[in-house]
Amino acid sequence: MAKSHKPVVWFPFAAGGTVIAFCIPVIVLLTSMAALGHVPDGLGYERMHAFAAGALGKLVIFSVVALSLWSSAHRLRCTCFDFGLRADKVVATVLYLAAVAGSVATAVYLLRI
Amino acid sequence: MKQRLVQLEVLRYNPDTDSEASFQRYEVVCQDEWVVLDALNKVKESIDPTLNYRWSCHMAVCGSCGMMINGEPKLACHAFLRDYEGVIRIEPLAHFPIERDLVTAPDDFMEKLKRVKPYLIPQQKRSLDEGENRQTPAQLMKFRQYSMCINCMLCYAACPEYGLTPKFIGPAALTLAHRYNQDSRDAGRAERQEVAATHEGVWECTFVGACSEVCPAHVDPASALQQMKISSSIDWLKEHLMPWGSK
Repeated sequence: MAKSHKPVVWFPFAAGGTVIAFCIPVIVLLTSMAALGHVPDGLGYERMHAFAAGALGKLVIFSVVALSLWSSAHRLRCTCFDFGLRADKVVATVLYLAAVAGSVATAVYLLRI
Repeated sequence: MKQRLVQLEVLRYNPDTDSEASFQRYEVVCQDEWVVLDALNKVKESIDPTLNYRWSCHMAVCGSCGMMINGEPKLACHAFLRDYEGVIRIEPLAHFPIERDLVTAPDDFMEKLKRVKPYLIPQQKRSLDEGENRQTPAQLMKFRQYSMCINCMLCYAACPEYGLTPKFIGPAALTLAHRYNQDSRDAGRAERQEVAATHEGVWECTFVGACSEVCPAHVDPASALQQMKISSSIDWLKEHLMPWGSK
């Protein structure tokens, strides 16, 4: 029996899962606070814009967004499978394409800054 | 001692006479501190000697009395009557063919267990003169938890993946493969990976985690499978991106 190539999709999924667990709750909290008008010191628009303008900032933001999208797409694919939606190829194609589209959009927006 | 009238609804199936399985209701007076297995034994002794089920140790060691109790995979000797109200529905372990009443055929699990080679495969044979294989407590801790499996198959009954894809090697067998992979005396990982690293091996697992929730021996098969996914992924990277490093 041939060994599986699943690590290709699983590694980014696992990395994304780690990112989601550690970063996303903080980001959700900070953006929610910002939406309510409480922007913490040091995280103001000018400061964040400058961060996103630098190469390192772009890389960090892209990694967080792209890995989270990929991980969520893969988790949703598995969830569909567990719930008995057996059209795995169609589900995988749609979800991974959505993750790729989101990642490309992130890259485009970041490069424009 | 407090007694209570317990109602059991037990799935019955006799391959010689029945075209399909059906439920049979029993009412039996039980002691309050009894487990479901005691109630079944009382039924068999005093009401219906034709009822079939497996059991042996009555103390969650042998792993024989696994069955679905109110839809959950449980050891009947480990399911206390005081935790249940109303009619208790008892069915054979899910995902396995029924042989008779609550007795299922474990052949598929047995065959998969063999395929993962759950035994020590040493690098070199040791003679008796060389004495025992010594291990540090740290080396023991790496696999001890995974060696506690009692082969009760509750994890297979709980796993939705195994239910949907019967080819899946499954939680207990893969966990035992991991147990031997982690053993400092073992050198058989490459052989086991031929089964474990395939689609039907760890990669069929979607980390639902039900296996770990139902495990009566606290083996936590889900953690073993996640660790196997990480090490199999590292193998894959070495094989495909650094072919010079994989040998």
